[in-house]
Amino acid sequence: MSLPLPPRRYPAPVALSHRTPGAGEVAGRRRMRASAAVSTALSGGRTILPLLRSDPPLTLRQTGPHTVHLVSTAAGPLGGDHLSLDLDVAPGTRLEIGSIASTLVLPGDGESLSVITARVGEGAVLSFAPEPTVLAAGCAHRMVVRLTLAEGARARWREEIIFGRYGEAPGRCVAGFDAMVEGRPLLRQELTVGDPSLDGSSAIYGSARCVGTTLLAAPPHPATPKSGSPGLTAGQAGASAAEGPIGANAPGQGATGVRGGGVVAEGVAVLPLAGPGVLVSALAADAVELRRRLGLGEAQIAW
Amino acid sequence: MSAALLLLADSRLPAGGHAHSGGAEQAVKTGAVHDLASLRGFLAGRLHTAGLVAAGLTAAACRSAGRSPTPPAPMTWAELDAEADARTASPAQREANRQQGRLLLRVARRVWPSPVLEELALAVPNPHHPVALGAVAHAAGVPPDEAAMAAAYHAVAGAATAAVRLLGLDPVEVHRLLAGLAPDLDAVAERAAAAEVLPATSAPALDLLAERHARAGLRLFVS
Amino acid sequence: MGANHEDHHHAPDGHGRALRLGIGGPVGSGKTALVAALCRALGPELRLGVVTNDIYTTEDADFLRRAGVLDPERILAVETGCCPHTAIRDDIAANLDAVETLEERFGPLDLVIVESGGDNLTATFSRGLADAQIFVLDVSGGDKVPRKGGPGVTTADLLVVNKTDLAPLVGADLGVMERDAGAVREGRPVLFTSIRQGGAGEVAAWVAERVHGWSHAHAPVA
Ligand SMILES: Nc1nc2c(ncn2[C@@H]2O[C@H](COP(=O)(O)OP(=O)(O)OP(=O)(O)O)[C@@H](O)[C@H]2O)c(=O)[nH]1
Ligand SMILES: [Mg+2]
Repeated sequence: MSLPLPPRRYPAPVALSHRTPGAGEVAGRRRMRASAAVSTALSGGRTILPLLRSDPPLTLRQTGPHTVHLVSTAAGPLGGDHLSLDLDVAPGTRLEIGSIASTLVLPGDGESLSVITARVGEGAVLSFAPEPTVLAAGCAHRMVVRLTLAEGARARWREEIIFGRYGEAPGRCVAGFDAMVEGRPLLRQELTVGDPSLDGSSAIYGSARCVGTTLLAAPPHPATPKSGSPGLTAGQAGASAAEGPIGANAPGQGATGVRGGGVVAEGVAVLPLAGPGVLVSALAADAVELRRRLGLGEAQIAW
Repeated sequence: MSAALLLLADSRLPAGGHAHSGGAEQAVKTGAVHDLASLRGFLAGRLHTAGLVAAGLTAAACRSAGRSPTPPAPMTWAELDAEADARTASPAQREANRQQGRLLLRVARRVWPSPVLEELALAVPNPHHPVALGAVAHAAGVPPDEAAMAAAYHAVAGAATAAVRLLGLDPVEVHRLLAGLAPDLDAVAERAAAAEVLPATSAPALDLLAERHARAGLRLFVS
Repeated sequence: MGANHEDHHHAPDGHGRALRLGIGGPVGSGKTALVAALCRALGPELRLGVVTNDIYTTEDADFLRRAGVLDPERILAVETGCCPHTAIRDDIAANLDAVETLEERFGPLDLVIVESGGDNLTATFSRGLADAQIFVLDVSGGDKVPRKGGPGVTTADLLVVNKTDLAPLVGADLGVMERDAGAVREGRPVLFTSIRQGGAGEVAAWVAERVHGWSHAHAPVA
């Protein structure tokens, strides 16, 4: 991402507040249906992007040989909008996705929905690391991510959610994440933010105002026992990695390129998954601290 | 309701549950849980995230054990266990879950001998607790929706008891709090048993607490 | 515990498995010291395993591993969640699992010792976990303790009164302790030790006798 870009507007929550539309503006705008897509292909041993389909407000701009940035060309999503993004990373190619600014999710007419589907082919590499999603007060949003990896594929997937603009209570958001590797489930999670009956529960996110994860799926080292080997399910591989004295809770370290799992600092943990992958999970009071914590965790992993 | 459900959900079932706090010990240590109100928030959060996931897996395991034609389609023990793994990002939580599943299975094989339990022990010797609980419920003649209830209750009862011990809270007040959560328990069990897709509700704070706990120099509970 | 363990599920009748010896008693009475002494004395002849039950994490297991009395891998720690007596009496699943894990990994074994977390005078081992049990008191609690009784003191197969070296310092009368213990125990044996100064030879001999009796009575069935 060393190409000339507009100055980063990160951290964005405060800077974005001037874009809050008035009630009339929200009500007056039609619901949007947008479906954008990127796919890669291999040409002469290099990645090319034969498909780069923007669909406002999802505008895509190629910023490098295999790098694409999302440029929002309208506020939102607003309630009622349905946005989808399809990423198809062909075998042996690379794709990096970023974004120019945070996404501000606003209230509107019903629930807004964003669906990202990413397929990473054999030996392909995907990096998805956009700026955070900010949940404005009163929004009702659903995010769905479906990530599938073929044999030898790798993915780095970062997701940051900020609970409201500065000093604002968040709307409601359900963020679902589903990652499959070679047909096996790697990570299935669904986080609900802003449910009034559970907001503040110290079991979910406590007093944090931001939550973030980075999934590093399928590390590159071929030393990894192949998850397809007979008689050894992903679950069993994970549990045997945690072999140790009873109750000693030795962290699993087996099938990942992680130097040491567990809590690396306040509010961030590096979690070696049962399958081939590591999840960095962080909670923080603000977006800057969240990014710093995720960075600390990501630095622990040879990906 | 079957009487066997009471045996399954009873904290006196000698299956090792008393040594687990479900993150409560660490939440007490960090100060996040310090009184009845903060305990209530913790338990409700636990119930609607990890509890819902456990209840869904338990109902599915119970249904699969009975080869029930009700959707979702029956899964193999290994598949169910892999689904539990994918919903448990924290290795410390997977370990605690598997330890409890293993102990429940070993106890149940003597209490409710059944080919289903032998089959599970062979396929997955250390199953995630909900997978074991679903299979055991089937062996004990407990139907899937009631098995889901046992799982939901398990998700809060141990943590509540641990908090009583760790904070010296009035046990009657804590039970009153649990009684107040009863409608939530009903709702979670019902939703879990009816779900056609296994729930995957996550709780980042529980993951962090579990990992902190596993690395704590001093601790009373296994998890 | 890995999922790739062999599945082990012993017949509850005890045939073909080690004698399981429970060691209980109040906090600090010398249970771990006794386990270490037994390992030293019996280790050369018997195939041993040890399970500790700690109040806080794995303190006793770590001590025994450092003491070098036994292959560290043959020492497993069970955590008991605030309730050491629950783990040896009411809900023994974790301890049984640890015992069987040792037998599975290193078996056949002759003796598996389970040390309870320090608890009160009522704490005894379930017969489902321990085939024989020793209750360890020390003299520093005062010479009145045996008289107070409690299931640990009265029903244990062997009562050990440890730290006799401290008796003069705390003004404990060993004669009184012996008499009272004899009265509440209806003839079951009592041994006095100073494990720090003299080891635990007599206790080891008592245990060895038990192990031999056990292996004759419970030889594996064909
Ligand atoms: N003076 C004296 N001290 C002893 C003797 N035996 C043990 N101790 C000391 O007593 C203390 C407690 O001994 P442990 O063996 O740890 O006692 P324990 O019963 O295992 O203690 P917990 O497991 O914590 O309940 C240690 O400092 C030992 O060195 C003895 O015969 N005489
Ligand atoms: Mg000790």
